[in-house]
Amino acid sequence: MPIAKVLGIETEYGVAGGPDGDPITASTLVVNAYAQQSRTRVNWDFVDESPGRDARGRMGEGQLAPPIETHLANTVLTNGARLYVDHAHPEYSSPEVRTPREAVLYDLAGEQVMVRAMRAVNETLPSEMAVTLYKNNSDGKGNSYGTHENYLIERQLPFTSVVRAMVPHFISRAIICGAGKVGAETDEARGYGVPFQLSARAEFFEEVVGLETTLKRPIINTRDEPHSDPERFRRLHVINGDANMSQVATLVKVGSTSLLLAALEFYGPEIFPPVPQRPVSSFHAFARDLSLTATTATDAGSWSAANYQERLLEIAVRFTQEGDASVVAPPDQVEEILREWQILLEGVVNHRDAVCDRVDWLAKLRIVEGFRERHQTTQLDARLRAIDLQYHDIRPEKSLAQRVGLKAIFSADETNVAVSTPPATTRAYFRGTCVARFPDELVSANWDSLIFDVGKGPLRRVSMMDPLKGTADLTQGLLSSVDSVEHLVQLLSD
Amino acid sequence: MSEQEQIKKTGHERSTSPATELTSDASKGEALKAELDSLLDEIDSVLEENAEDFVRNYVQKGGE
Repeated sequence: MPIAKVLGIETEYGVAGGPDGDPITASTLVVNAYAQQSRTRVNWDFVDESPGRDARGRMGEGQLAPPIETHLANTVLTNGARLYVDHAHPEYSSPEVRTPREAVLYDLAGEQVMVRAMRAVNETLPSEMAVTLYKNNSDGKGNSYGTHENYLIERQLPFTSVVRAMVPHFISRAIICGAGKVGAETDEARGYGVPFQLSARAEFFEEVVGLETTLKRPIINTRDEPHSDPERFRRLHVINGDANMSQVATLVKVGSTSLLLAALEFYGPEIFPPVPQRPVSSFHAFARDLSLTATTATDAGSWSAANYQERLLEIAVRFTQEGDASVVAPPDQVEEILREWQILLEGVVNHRDAVCDRVDWLAKLRIVEGFRERHQTTQLDARLRAIDLQYHDIRPEKSLAQRVGLKAIFSADETNVAVSTPPATTRAYFRGTCVARFPDELVSANWDSLIFDVGKGPLRRVSMMDPLKGTADLTQGLLSSVDSVEHLVQLLSD
Repeated sequence: MSEQEQIKKTGHERSTSPATELTSDASKGEALKAELDSLLDEIDSVLEENAEDFVRNYVQKGGE
């Protein structure tokens, strides 16, 4: 049976500038500047990190598990998010949320955190060393970094069913959720000489299923790190999506995926459209095909990306009629997801002008084409690549995404509240509230536990193995009744 | 429902009443073009001055 689709989005930001041009230095300064400015001193606790655990029940042969870097800047925010340096990028991992709409809000809060962090660090640097951050996925030269989604799914669902059901969605959703990209970066994609792709990430994927995230990237990642009770839950770690500037695109990206995962838990994989015979090359080909006419061969006929999305939308609609879609969101929000999914899909196929305010790749393509026409430039003009990069620039005075008229779901005021306040309906509420209330006594935190120093005796660990416990409903009374951490820990252990 | 509303809603299936369609498409097209023109003016004013250097100097290490 479907379970609550707790979800979150983690975004690695591109980083330029800094005192020595080293992205690790710049990223560290960014994270530390924010931690100082917001007086967040709570460290991340690495005890439960095991990125090498494979959902297929073994370590992949010849595959390297990503190393955990404990020495880099790493902190927990009062909204329940994690802000840290991942490899050579500042990364914001949103708090766990209960609905796709909240996922959009806390993704926006992450942008705002990065804007504030960038300003804080630039106050300490001479202008020629100023750091700039980009919410994008590659540098145009073949180096890619990720925007990952996480979804809670039931443990008993076989992983093979996830692969069978979800590959068609993951290779086709870029037609509505892609961020767009000028040019191509891998040898294969360059060979096609495409001037523009609708996905920024697709060309970097080389496998269907695997554990890697940096080399031989798989469409379905098998990292088995539930950050919750492993007997009941699995966390599906989705690495194939683009960083969206459009709030509606983010909503449809995570909303459609949440609904389809719930539908998979409800119906099983059989009702899903067929997997292509060659999933990876189909993912690439769909991303290169701005006409949306390319089809891929399956054991049950040829399918275009739009065919896939039409069928998947039908499955999601049917699930909301026959199943309990409240596991994804309340009815009005489910309706909003389905409506926007339909609008985007119909728009990219039939009347693109109508959805330039929601689909990132169309918004970007429109200005790239307009600029090319106005200035009579060639496809290779550096200014077109600059437009692409600057679309994702998070500085308000430079951001092109903020100038193309994208439809907003949340206001700046709502976003600012989410920068400091945790979501109420997951354990992120308890985590974020404890960071705000007990910054001195909270020694470290991670997704599923908090460690307190109560002043005497050993450190005390508070476990949070269920993402739906630790909510405002369950802990607000407790938190307001205690006057010290010692008291809190005592009540929790009673 | 007015004819114009109907045309909007049915999108690609609009094969009837070509006269109305042309007028509405032409004015809509002009509005879109004017909007794009002013957007391109703005892009010209905020785009990094030395695009060549800006793009060349943006080099990242892979992540994830």
